[in-house]
Amino acid sequence: MRTIILKTASAYLLPVLLLFSVFILLRGHYFPGGGFVGGLMASIAFVLHAFANGLSNTKTLIRFHPGFLMPVGLALAFLSGMAPLIFSLPFMTGLWYPEALPVIGALGSALFFDIGVYLVVIGVTLTIIFTIADTI
Amino acid sequence: MLIAILLGFLFSLLLVFTGKFFQGKGGIVSSLIPLVLFGYFLQFIPEIADGGTIVHSYSWVPSFGVNLDFTLDGLSLLFALMITGIGFLVFVYTAAYLKNHKYLDRFYGYLSIFMAAMLGLVLSDNLITLFVFWELTSISSFFLIGFNNSNPESRKSAITALAITGFGGLSLLAGALVLGSVGGSYSINELLNSSGEIAASPYYILIAILIFGAAFTKSAQFPFHFWLPGAMKAPTPVSTYLHSATMVKAGIYLLMRMTPVLGNQEFWNSTLIIVGAITMVYAAVHTLFRTDLKGILAYSTISALGILVFLIGQGTEAALIAAAVFIVVHALYKATLFLVTGIIDHQTLSRDVTILRGLRKVMLPVAIAGFLAAISSAGIPPTIGFLGKELTYESTLALVSTPLLWIALILITKILLLHAGFVAGISPFIGKLPERFAKTRKPGFLLWVPPIILSVAGIVFGVFPGIIEGSLIKPVVAAMGQDAGDQHLQLWHGFNTVLWLSVATIVIGTVLYFTIKPSQKLVNLAARVEYISPESIISGFWSLFNKFSSFWTRIFQNGYLRNYVSTIMVFLIGLSGYTLFNTATFSIDLSTLSGITVYEIAVVCILLIAVFFTVFTRSRLAAVASMGVMGLAICLVFVFYSAPDLAMTQFSIDTLTVILFVLVLYKLPRYLELSDYKTRIKDGVLAIAFGSIITILILEVLAQPVHMEISEYYAQNAYLLAHGKNVVNVILVDFRGSDTFMEISVLAIAAIGVFGLLKLRLKKTDQR
Repeated sequence: MRTIILKTASAYLLPVLLLFSVFILLRGHYFPGGGFVGGLMASIAFVLHAFANGLSNTKTLIRFHPGFLMPVGLALAFLSGMAPLIFSLPFMTGLWYPEALPVIGALGSALFFDIGVYLVVIGVTLTIIFTIADTI
Repeated sequence: MLIAILLGFLFSLLLVFTGKFFQGKGGIVSSLIPLVLFGYFLQFIPEIADGGTIVHSYSWVPSFGVNLDFTLDGLSLLFALMITGIGFLVFVYTAAYLKNHKYLDRFYGYLSIFMAAMLGLVLSDNLITLFVFWELTSISSFFLIGFNNSNPESRKSAITALAITGFGGLSLLAGALVLGSVGGSYSINELLNSSGEIAASPYYILIAILIFGAAFTKSAQFPFHFWLPGAMKAPTPVSTYLHSATMVKAGIYLLMRMTPVLGNQEFWNSTLIIVGAITMVYAAVHTLFRTDLKGILAYSTISALGILVFLIGQGTEAALIAAAVFIVVHALYKATLFLVTGIIDHQTLSRDVTILRGLRKVMLPVAIAGFLAAISSAGIPPTIGFLGKELTYESTLALVSTPLLWIALILITKILLLHAGFVAGISPFIGKLPERFAKTRKPGFLLWVPPIILSVAGIVFGVFPGIIEGSLIKPVVAAMGQDAGDQHLQLWHGFNTVLWLSVATIVIGTVLYFTIKPSQKLVNLAARVEYISPESIISGFWSLFNKFSSFWTRIFQNGYLRNYVSTIMVFLIGLSGYTLFNTATFSIDLSTLSGITVYEIAVVCILLIAVFFTVFTRSRLAAVASMGVMGLAICLVFVFYSAPDLAMTQFSIDTLTVILFVLVLYKLPRYLELSDYKTRIKDGVLAIAFGSIITILILEVLAQPVHMEISEYYAQNAYLLAHGKNVVNVILVDFRGSDTFMEISVLAIAAIGVFGLLKLRLKKTDQR
């Protein structure tokens, strides 16, 4: 499936799609979106790149095994849940920065939790797809 | 106190990153952890001796009554000191015993996890927390028994131990839950107040049986004892620490802890006396039929645990004092004997008592430690072992029903244990040194100092029992709800029955030692009746169970995806069809449905076309693509009914599913007609039936009155409590964040599973 059109397009599409997935992730708290969908979209971006340029090229592009995103994401989600304990609040109580920030909006522990979900989803999807593509 | 308990866990976590340092010369540094903890617990002695208890409480899951409540009273203190004190010596000993072992850091990690778990166990006041720590000790024991994981025997023993103690753990959990619901609290301190109600409740017997199930498996009581000799596959420091001094006493601890709550009942006392007596005699007789030093020690440990259960069962003040003293006695001499055995094994590479002789010439300090431990185990004055034995006889003599029988049994046990102690502690060192051991190297300083310390402590406590009497023993009895006010520990009681029993034990035991020598013949003799031992019976049951489960698996898990799917469908159709048939009203209220729009008709048409195309196409890729079309059409439906989040997710998932299918199917051979006409008809009927059931189900759901409270709650509070306007996302990351966390964990596990399965298979084909 290596057409020159797809190959050229994917070089531009990858950053755009990734950016879009981050956008979806960040807007999740107010509008449709969130870490799960965002993560799926980011994975699709990489998979598209792999279709166009071959798996090995995508792997060199990512540089590390996508599986490493799973522990990182899990740790981030877990830590964002643990953070309230510092203020002696129960596990997973939402913490919020009092004022809204530009671009991102309200900043809270839930956002970091969502980023954790985002990373785990990318890690899981890419690990499964890359492994299957490798093996077959 | 929480930090003291967690220190071991933290240290093992640290080892993950600094393992290299602790692998080499740094190993000895790790023994600072138990030493510090030992010092920490020592400082509480004066306060506890004055009758105080120290309580620390941290709330954990208060809504379920599960809290990290820690109570330090006499009983906990005795165990905490044993855990950290013997722990320190074992940590030191390990540094020399496993010197240059490539997984030394791992070993220390497991050991400190175990130590922390054990401390948590004896300090917990909350039954559920106690259960958690209880399981942690079983798990760390599993890793330690299987430490030599290249040896299949080790692995098998580790699994047996885990299965038996894990079963006990479940029993403890069940017991704790029933006890909690009958007594109204999970706190042991609060349960003390309702012990009368618990004893009167119809669930008393059930609770007692469940608690017994936990204690008897952990403390290796007959018929669950056989995991303990198997556990001797572990390196000797583990046998010393877990399987003689501390972990196996967790069951004893549980029984002692529960005595004020559940004790003083006929059922409790007589069960413990009978089980304890059977165990102590059975295991003591077994020591005669072993030639492996560790095997002898394992059975004598089981026997000693039996004596403890027997004493707790008596439940009198004298018996509880005897039990408390005997715990100290046993920990001191048995740990010494294990350490001595370890040194012999380490230096001569043999543990066979039939060939080990005259080793005093090459390792005198070890011989001294062995000798002192052996006479303490024999109960020869002035050791603390003598005290322990006297107290045991005294309390048994005072038993109301058939004291003669029990005295006879305990006498036999003590005589055989004396024999076992002599065989393990003295016989390897006396006599003429055989040629093959002449060049044995002297053990290092770190190896022989720990056993010397322990065995000398046995003598010191024996000569000056006052040291432990007020500080350790009496608080233990007080913690079990008995007052040990005017009892005094002393070596000399005057000429009475107890003394004559002691003399008889020592004389008969010594004669036995000189007449019965351990030999291979005896081992073979015992092997002949092996088939009726509990171990063979239970392992027979296990293999039957395995056969049954593989038979069952062959039927249902036959490897054909289509069979799985149809099994699931048939089951669902049967179950929900039956329920629907009984309860469904089959009425559709058309008036509540919204009108049909043109878009919807279009989407449904696309759906139908895609369905037919999927079913009738002869190309796999086309089938997959048209299934993708179906998915997208459903996404559109979601969009029409204003569920954009759902639509987005479904859209992405569908895309990925199609990609996955394509990846797999692309490489398959050309489409073949594998199924015949009949199968297709069958599959079609099944599919249509399943679809109809689901449709009826959905219509039924629509006919139900809708409860809006929950969704209204979320809608109202999403912005107020969670600062979010997208309710779906707020539920995911905030209201039900723990669920999401579990879900992503499951996802990660699934990905690791896929990775492992596929990559490991690749390696195997490479080998071929």
